Amino acid sequence: MGAVTNADYSDMQGLLRFGYGKLTAACFLLLRIDDAAAAARWLAQAPVTSAEIQTPPPEQALQLAFTAPGLRKLGVGDAILNGFSIEFLAGMVGDANRSRRLGDEGANSPERWVWGTDALLPDMVAMIYATPERFSGWRDDLQAEMVGSGFVLLECLPTSDMDGVEPFGFVDGVSSPTIDWERQRDPSGDKLTYENVAMLGEFVLGYPNEYGRYTTRPVVADAAADLPDAEDASGMKDVGRNGTYVVMRQLDQDVRGLWRYLNDQAGGDVAQSEKLAEQLVGRKMTGDPLPPLLAEEINGVGPDPIDIRQNRFTFDADPHGLVCPLGAHVRRANPRNADLPVGTSSGLIDRLVHILALNRFEDEDAPRDIVASTRFHRLVRRGREYGPEITAEQRLEPTPPDEGATGLNFICLNANIGRQFEFIQSAWVASSKFDGLDGESDPLLGNREPVAGCPANGFTLPSPDGVRRQIKDVPRFITVRGGAYFFMPGLRALRYLAHAARA
Amino acid sequence: MTPQSNLMIVAPLVASREGELRQLLATMNLEPGVANPENSLVRFGRLGTLHFARFVILEDGTRDDLKACGLPPADSTKSLALLCDFDGDDEVFYRELITNAEPGLRVLFSCCEPAPGPDLLAWLKDHNKRAQAAYVNWIGRTVLQVREESKLYAALQPRINVAGAAKPSQVWSDLRSYMRAEVAAGRLSLTPEASTPVGWSVKNFLHLVGIPLLGLLFLPLILLYLPIFLIQLRMHEKADPVIAPRPTSEHARALAELEDRIVTNQFSAYGNIKPGPFRRWTIAAVFLAIDYTARHIFKRGFLARVMTIQFARWVFLDNHTRAFFASNYDGSLESYMGDFINKVAWGLNVVFSNGLGYPRTDWLIVGGAKDELTFKDYLRRHQLPTQVWYNATPGITASDMERNAKVREGLEKSEMSDHELRQWIRLFG
Repeated sequence: MGAVTNADYSDMQGLLRFGYGKLTAACFLLLRIDDAAAAARWLAQAPVTSAEIQTPPPEQALQLAFTAPGLRKLGVGDAILNGFSIEFLAGMVGDANRSRRLGDEGANSPERWVWGTDALLPDMVAMIYATPERFSGWRDDLQAEMVGSGFVLLECLPTSDMDGVEPFGFVDGVSSPTIDWERQRDPSGDKLTYENVAMLGEFVLGYPNEYGRYTTRPVVADAAADLPDAEDASGMKDVGRNGTYVVMRQLDQDVRGLWRYLNDQAGGDVAQSEKLAEQLVGRKMTGDPLPPLLAEEINGVGPDPIDIRQNRFTFDADPHGLVCPLGAHVRRANPRNADLPVGTSSGLIDRLVHILALNRFEDEDAPRDIVASTRFHRLVRRGREYGPEITAEQRLEPTPPDEGATGLNFICLNANIGRQFEFIQSAWVASSKFDGLDGESDPLLGNREPVAGCPANGFTLPSPDGVRRQIKDVPRFITVRGGAYFFMPGLRALRYLAHAARA
Repeated sequence: MTPQSNLMIVAPLVASREGELRQLLATMNLEPGVANPENSLVRFGRLGTLHFARFVILEDGTRDDLKACGLPPADSTKSLALLCDFDGDDEVFYRELITNAEPGLRVLFSCCEPAPGPDLLAWLKDHNKRAQAAYVNWIGRTVLQVREESKLYAALQPRINVAGAAKPSQVWSDLRSYMRAEVAAGRLSLTPEASTPVGWSVKNFLHLVGIPLLGLLFLPLILLYLPIFLIQLRMHEKADPVIAPRPTSEHARALAELEDRIVTNQFSAYGNIKPGPFRRWTIAAVFLAIDYTARHIFKRGFLARVMTIQFARWVFLDNHTRAFFASNYDGSLESYMGDFINKVAWGLNVVFSNGLGYPRTDWLIVGGAKDELTFKDYLRRHQLPTQVWYNATPGITASDMERNAKVREGLEKSEMSDHELRQWIRLFG
């Protein structure tokens, strides 16, 4: 084992630590590398923003991440490439099995995408952030530099500042795992309660994850390389450390479609249609949760009072989805459960009983124990909206001619794409059988394609009196338009990888 | 109650016929990973008691691992295996299988050595490998029952919506009348449960009490041996090699191509048991324990905390030097492996740590699968592509089956308390 050291902010790209919320203008340039040597020269001195706290705060930022073909084009060899995860190497598209699992079928299928496939798969994404005043200058300068340095611009994904509200009208970005930057967390043993703190290694490579292990990543024996040391392999240098994987998906949102559908379902009653929307999402439009707040603290929630108001809750007291439907978007995306079933106490015998599920023999109606433990499936989201903002008043109006698409450039960071993004997307969000449900997938993100011949376009609204209501034929509200997996290297690794092309 | 049984026909493959066999197997599929129930070789769909079936070519891609123990690579002969999970007793099933598929079975197994002779039944029985341990999600739940109850649930679903704000008791009695009318009109059928075969009940009871009695009989010996066992175990655990390189991308692709076509998936894994008597006896004892708990304890919807496994079995092959594991589970492989690691790592460790190359365990239950990525690589590397896989009730998960059965049970009751009614009505969502 090498030495265990603190998180090295100066070697990380800032997006791991900050959402750059104050830099409200942003765009994502999807680039192809045509001249690797020239591109590498630029990369070696690119003004990439680190995760250190700057005073005064920056007015502009640049983040860079690469696809597997991009790294290959830069001249990174198999010895290093094969150290990356299978999902990253395979990419988001190209494997029919992955597309099936991610729900990229029907209207979402990659052959309809506007970027991310074949010739439209970028080698690199340049994520450009700035204050509105600085934005166009910063973007134009960077773009000119890159285009003059062997990059070809495939696509510019613009963003819109919707002031913390996502296009459907819900306050967004209210829940995020608290990263254990100080490396204080002990992940061992079964956790009996939901916690919102996640090991650094869940999001940053080169640090232990929720299993207390180091996620696979490339390490090299090159002692002279200007790279961090690998903590888990003495004498090795860590190409992955301080890096992360970035998942990008461009999601068009049919805002008018959603509200028209809800309006129909509610018989034109505005309050009812908002209430139904809140049940689909699983939060109030203000971002507040549907279940009542807990009296006790949740590790990793707070001390910010807004965070407490929005996140000090679980679904433990609502096993039947009477308060928040089981299939609601936020419940699928973050079930807020623990390692052992609800009601397990810390006593050894009780734990043993629950580990062996012996409690189920006594209590046939014991809550279902289907949903996987949340702490192994978390994401840090860094998405940005795009397109025109459609106000509450405009939602039901006829679509004006030539109205551009509105949606979300979904961006998330994780250290293990298979266990984090892909698992959440397939086992929870897109699954037609989440938590014992049947015949529905995520009310917002679902592609509405039947699964094994069974429809998956319903939504169940349990009611406390007993008889639940099920709405049928929920239309598709979100269409995937593009996507890719990127590796966002640490800053030393960025220079090291760039050097591969020049060597 | 009709208990479930299984068979696994295994015969060595003639090397020169492998290509031909693979082509034949491919003709049995609608698409990779989904068998055509009406394929011309084995019309699985005609076998009304068959839950799951698979043809899998047993091929040890990890045979060189034995070199880590200073042994020559394992035998490289490949075999063809046919696995079936079905209702009722095997004599009846064998006969039905032969009646429906004799020519096709002969074509397929003619690629094996020895090929079937004039008496196919005798040949099949001869080549059947008994499972050391078998798990059935719900002992007694037949294919017919699953199909009928699924149809019932589908018929009731839209009527629940119509019911709207009605009282649970009203909904219950309305649906009951509706069900009776549909059954009377022949649109729904709800076959009553068959009586439990007496022979099976007797054997099952003898097993239930016999194994603990034997255990009691040998208890003094077991207690005497236990400290020695623990010392041996620790010595082995400290010395056993871990061999779990990431599977090649070709292997991973070949597996993935077959997966996630429907909600349920198949899993076939094959590998060497660690050489030497210690591990061989340990795994035999573990199989005995699993088989006992699966028969008598975990027989109603869950195997410890895992509720997504429909059928699973463990089989010794190749003169007890290798083990084969097959399962049919709901969800994706990533979620299956996640359950293994997070819910039942101890259970996985107890079995698979006797497999060559498994991530290191401590005291048989600690560690092992908790080494997440090594464990996933180990499992994936030992997994075999299942060339043909048949599922009689696609799209219906174990959880759906349990719900459908409870819905029916409720409707067949003559009265229900308010509490029961509330529980029952919740089955609909």
